[in-house]
Amino acid sequence: MNTSSRNHLQPSRHAKVLTMPLQRYSLLHIGAVLVLALLATWAGTTSAAEEKMFSLFKVDQLEYRAVDGNDVVAWDAGGWVGSDYHKLAFKTEGEKVRSGHLEQAEFQLLYSRLVSKFWDLQLGVRYDFQPRPQRAYGVIGFQGLAPQWFEVDSSLFVSEEGDISARFDAEYDILLTQKLILQPSAEVNVAAQKVAELGVGSGINDVELGLRLRYEVVREFAPYIGVNWERKIGNTANLARAEGEDINVFSVLAGFSFWF
Amino acid sequence: MFKRHKLAVCMREFFMSRFIFVLLFFSSGFSAGAYAASYDLVVDRGVIRVGGEERPALTINGTVPGPLLRFREGEEVVIKVTNRLAEDTSLHWHGLLLPAAMDGVPGLSFPGIKPGESFTYKFRIRQSGTYWYHSHSGLQEPIGVYAPIVIDPADEDPVKYDREFTVMLSDWSNEQPEKILSNLKKKSDYYNYNKRTLGDLMRELGAAKSQAAKDAIIEDRQAWGQMRMDPTDIADVSGFTFLLNGKDPESNWTGVFQPGERVRLRFINAAAMSFFDVRIPGLKMTVVQSDGQNVQPVAVDEFRIAVAETYDVIVEPEAGKAYTIFAESMDRSGYARGTLAPREGMTAEIPPLRERPLLTMADMGSGHAGHDMEAMKKASSMPAMHQPVRTGKAPMQHGMHKLKGSSPMASMHQKMHGKAMMPGMMGQPMQPGTKPGVPMDHGSSMPGMKQGMPMSQGSVETAPYRTLVYQDLRSLVPYEKKPPEREIQLRLTGNMERYFWSINDKKYSEAEPIRLRHNERVRVKFVNETMMNHPMHLHGHWMEIDNGQGALGPRKHVVNVKPGETVYFDLTADALGKWAFHCHLFYHLATGMFREVIVE
Repeated sequence: MNTSSRNHLQPSRHAKVLTMPLQRYSLLHIGAVLVLALLATWAGTTSAAEEKMFSLFKVDQLEYRAVDGNDVVAWDAGGWVGSDYHKLAFKTEGEKVRSGHLEQAEFQLLYSRLVSKFWDLQLGVRYDFQPRPQRAYGVIGFQGLAPQWFEVDSSLFVSEEGDISARFDAEYDILLTQKLILQPSAEVNVAAQKVAELGVGSGINDVELGLRLRYEVVREFAPYIGVNWERKIGNTANLARAEGEDINVFSVLAGFSFWF
Repeated sequence: MFKRHKLAVCMREFFMSRFIFVLLFFSSGFSAGAYAASYDLVVDRGVIRVGGEERPALTINGTVPGPLLRFREGEEVVIKVTNRLAEDTSLHWHGLLLPAAMDGVPGLSFPGIKPGESFTYKFRIRQSGTYWYHSHSGLQEPIGVYAPIVIDPADEDPVKYDREFTVMLSDWSNEQPEKILSNLKKKSDYYNYNKRTLGDLMRELGAAKSQAAKDAIIEDRQAWGQMRMDPTDIADVSGFTFLLNGKDPESNWTGVFQPGERVRLRFINAAAMSFFDVRIPGLKMTVVQSDGQNVQPVAVDEFRIAVAETYDVIVEPEAGKAYTIFAESMDRSGYARGTLAPREGMTAEIPPLRERPLLTMADMGSGHAGHDMEAMKKASSMPAMHQPVRTGKAPMQHGMHKLKGSSPMASMHQKMHGKAMMPGMMGQPMQPGTKPGVPMDHGSSMPGMKQGMPMSQGSVETAPYRTLVYQDLRSLVPYEKKPPEREIQLRLTGNMERYFWSINDKKYSEAEPIRLRHNERVRVKFVNETMMNHPMHLHGHWMEIDNGQGALGPRKHVVNVKPGETVYFDLTADALGKWAFHCHLFYHLATGMFREVIVE
């Protein structure tokens, strides 16, 4: 089992993806059309002063993670441009090992529609530059503020290969003072099926727990320190073990967040 | 700069009483309407001096506030307004009854005034009292385009006074309005640095005397969390320097009086976002007018002035003594200050800021807050307390449904931060009724409050401390009030988290105009479903508020609707045309809490 998955993984990990599969083009096209349609809608509705467009660019996390022998720089950023109800949003996250190469990098482009007081429905595309093979996904998600002040971001992904996965992300701010804020966070990834070439098993893939203490020097800028613990689970853990990877990654981190 | 075609215009309050005298003298031989005066106003870029520095502002005739316009009831005024800005502008005559085309609201009354162009307003003055004027274009009003209007009555003024001053309160931010709005859109709690912290929770739990009290504290936190609302959200925007007649507290605007004079102070709240609690320690203030309309005199120690309201008070300062006019912002982030003194340069003590109020949910599980409401009713003299608050249940939509059914006003009321519920105190931030026995303006420690039992501080020798509430306002003369033919419900709504505001869940851009038949009698029911105050302003008409005073219910141009409150008013749709109807909180209006009213 271990051997076979290793054999299966090895070639694809080093395979050079020279051409995008057709489906990927389709997905990206759908995304582009969606975004253009959205912009056209805006153009028709921006006459009223209150429909003025605003924009946000936010780097939630830009941090150095000290991991036993394998330090990484990780980011998590996003933003939007749009009106109260309609926004064009993006999200990106990734990790780069200290030696230089990207380990993981994804980018999402979404149409974000306010569908209830606290929630946005998001539709769009995701593209993973790393790990290889690169993959495009369709995205449907809900982002917003859950009762008791939990910031929640949940997404369902369908890859160009038809693979289904999902991600659930939640954060909570504990105010120690008005500017010193402790933020526990949790992320869970699940997959409906095994995607061996990406090291994904079916079921719960991994759980990531973080605890960051930030100081908002101003609202727009906050350095922080924290810890992060990532645990691969089930089949995904098996695949990782077979790869010789740690299934438990604990890191001490420092970074900063900013927005404008 | 400011051409004066008539004596009735003066910029210096100091000379005002003399002008009035001259006016009265001249007017005695003429019928009302014999007066016709013209005025030139120029809206331009300029500066304002705040905190020792000059800041870019927009000005009317070079100053902030702009020049006082002094009209006389019955006169025809011609006001030429020239726009020297790079963008469109307008001036709206706040509270004045006039033809719709002269109301100065771009898009409704007229197209606005293009850069470099002029517009001439012509209308007859049909009322008297204290009003103001301001830009109704773009984001101009908060950065200086506002000024007072005083209209002398055609007949003898029922209010007797020897000297008068206009006291225009405003809030100045060094941040541009565009930036403030953008910050709110990106992070709606951007300006709230008074949130409840973990430490606050621990302290409250530590101070709780029983397990039930601890549970109540946790339940309170959970109830707020369920609604995703913040009890510390008293003001959407902070960081203001508060101005009195354009002067910051250090600059200390001073009104000089002669001993023995009855001094009329015409308070106008021209702030973009800030309510003020106004008092003059050492002086009773006799309220004689509200929103330009005479009311039966009521002596108070303090009154809250909502954004865009006006209140006229009479004070009788003693010889040889200076008094601080202290206008504390509702969120206690600062104050506007001026001085009444027998001579320039004298000052009086500036009281410390009181504690910031906190919104509460009165009828939470433990019910202790409900007891408070009972205590309030029993303990204090607030006969009309529930009069304008007729909703049978709390109107909050989210998470509040479990809480409905008890005292309507109790759905949300404010208490002082970190204190136990104090019946007498509740009147202070929220004005539910006249509250006795809470002299809060002496010393920093707020005597009688430490025990949380203001009612029990009988040892302090003092007259009952009285804060004005709407129920105290009784028109000087009764109005003929025909019964309304129909009722319109306007729910005041919004999305605090994403920072946009609405009426009946629709923003201005999404809503159809409200259509009224000419001369129709309409009852309007405001239901505030949000946690913010909304000072609602109707152009071109009086709002006759139902404050339990029947035919003496006062006529207002701004009706403040407190969090969770229901307020009724009647109007006669006697002014044809398109009118604006909106919340006067600047960033509420700018994000959608606005309706077009068409009288046809």
